[in-house]
Amino acid sequence: MTAFASHYTYWMTIVLMVSGLYIVIARGNLIKKLIGLAIFQTSVYLLYIAPGKLIGGTAPIVSEAFKVYSNPLPHVLILTAIVVGVATLALGLAIAVRVREAYGSVEEDEILAVDRSDEDRA
Amino acid sequence: MRTEVVLRVIGKLLIPFMLLFALYVQFHGDFGPGGGFQAGVITAAAVIFYGLIFGLPQARRLVPDWVVETMVALGVAIYLGVGFAGLALGGNFLDYFVLHADPVEGQHRGIFWIEIGVLVTVAGVMLKIFYMFAGRGRGNEPDQ
Amino acid sequence: MIIIALLTMMAALTIAIVVQRNLFSVVVLSGVYSFLMATVLVALDAVDVAMTEASVGAGMSTVLLLGALYLCGGEEAKPMQRPFLPLVVAIVIVAALVYGTFGLSAFSDPNAPFHTHVIPRYLNEGPKETGVPNVVTAVLASYRGFDTLGEVIVVFTAGIGVIALLRPRRKGGKEKRK
Repeated sequence: MTAFASHYTYWMTIVLMVSGLYIVIARGNLIKKLIGLAIFQTSVYLLYIAPGKLIGGTAPIVSEAFKVYSNPLPHVLILTAIVVGVATLALGLAIAVRVREAYGSVEEDEILAVDRSDEDRA
Repeated sequence: MRTEVVLRVIGKLLIPFMLLFALYVQFHGDFGPGGGFQAGVITAAAVIFYGLIFGLPQARRLVPDWVVETMVALGVAIYLGVGFAGLALGGNFLDYFVLHADPVEGQHRGIFWIEIGVLVTVAGVMLKIFYMFAGRGRGNEPDQ
Repeated sequence: MIIIALLTMMAALTIAIVVQRNLFSVVVLSGVYSFLMATVLVALDAVDVAMTEASVGAGMSTVLLLGALYLCGGEEAKPMQRPFLPLVVAIVIVAALVYGTFGLSAFSDPNAPFHTHVIPRYLNEGPKETGVPNVVTAVLASYRGFDTLGEVIVVFTAGIGVIALLRPRRKGGKEKRK
């Protein structure tokens, strides 16, 4: 029982990570793939921050009333990671918009079909 | 339309408080949760809120394109400026303790200025990306 | 505990996102997912990260996705055709990762190697050396200032990238492949 409770966060992280990965590899719509990538990234944030929590501790803001603090270092790294993630999402969506204007669709198989028909004609 | 009046009034009431909250988050990042990134996104959200209610051309008139593009570059310039100031005053790059006679006061100054740089860049980039997405196609081209 | 309940809700929400085909509801569900993530982060004592995730993930990402959806126009994703191989890959990865987690330290173990090495120095010396009680801000802005410089440059690059990709077209003609 204690093994279950102590590792539950890791298993939920794995579920979220593999769901995000599944959306990226198994779905054809470009925008849905980018959402899957965002879900994958948030599961990695959970993987870093969950082991830093100490039960009975508090947020890492030093004050007189508290003695035990949760680990501040993963917070710093994940803050950077969140902002980099939204930068990636913005660029990916800009490329998807340009693909839509050039090919007329954001579905992967329709885009490949247009490319293949161009190759057959060329 | 009557519902439009409701949106405009609520928008005019809320937007100053959103900007004030962004400044609060920025300057109280030393004593509570907060800092440059969160404050930059809240600032951009206030202007995006204005753009959603009053229309994109009005938002472009309030915060023009050249202001946003200058903000994008200015924040990085401030950050690098603090770094080079550390270099010029005798320490290494991005050393804060040389910025003032008392090293702890120097740290305060360094952290203050780089958080301002982060705020300006993040607000500018988020707002510019919104302008680019909302203003493209369907006849809403900016005048360039 | 509240963390277990919230994480179970997030897992159920992710399964719903995988199955849903209407892109607008997928975008709204991803906004809900970001808010749940921010709540879990507060429960894990990561208040700075929770504020950033709520504003950036649930606020900015939803706006960007809705903007892209407005421009791309498509509402429904196509139905999937027999994704046998991705399912097999996913199950194999789950099995391998679960096998790996048995070697990790238990939740909230103060003797884990995670909490040693440089963390006690940041927690004890940080407020004294920098004068800033918030250890996360002190580490982000002072001890690891180079990483933050890199991050600001990444945000700057993303801005310039989007400007370069979505610059308005001159002379009105669209470049369409015929």
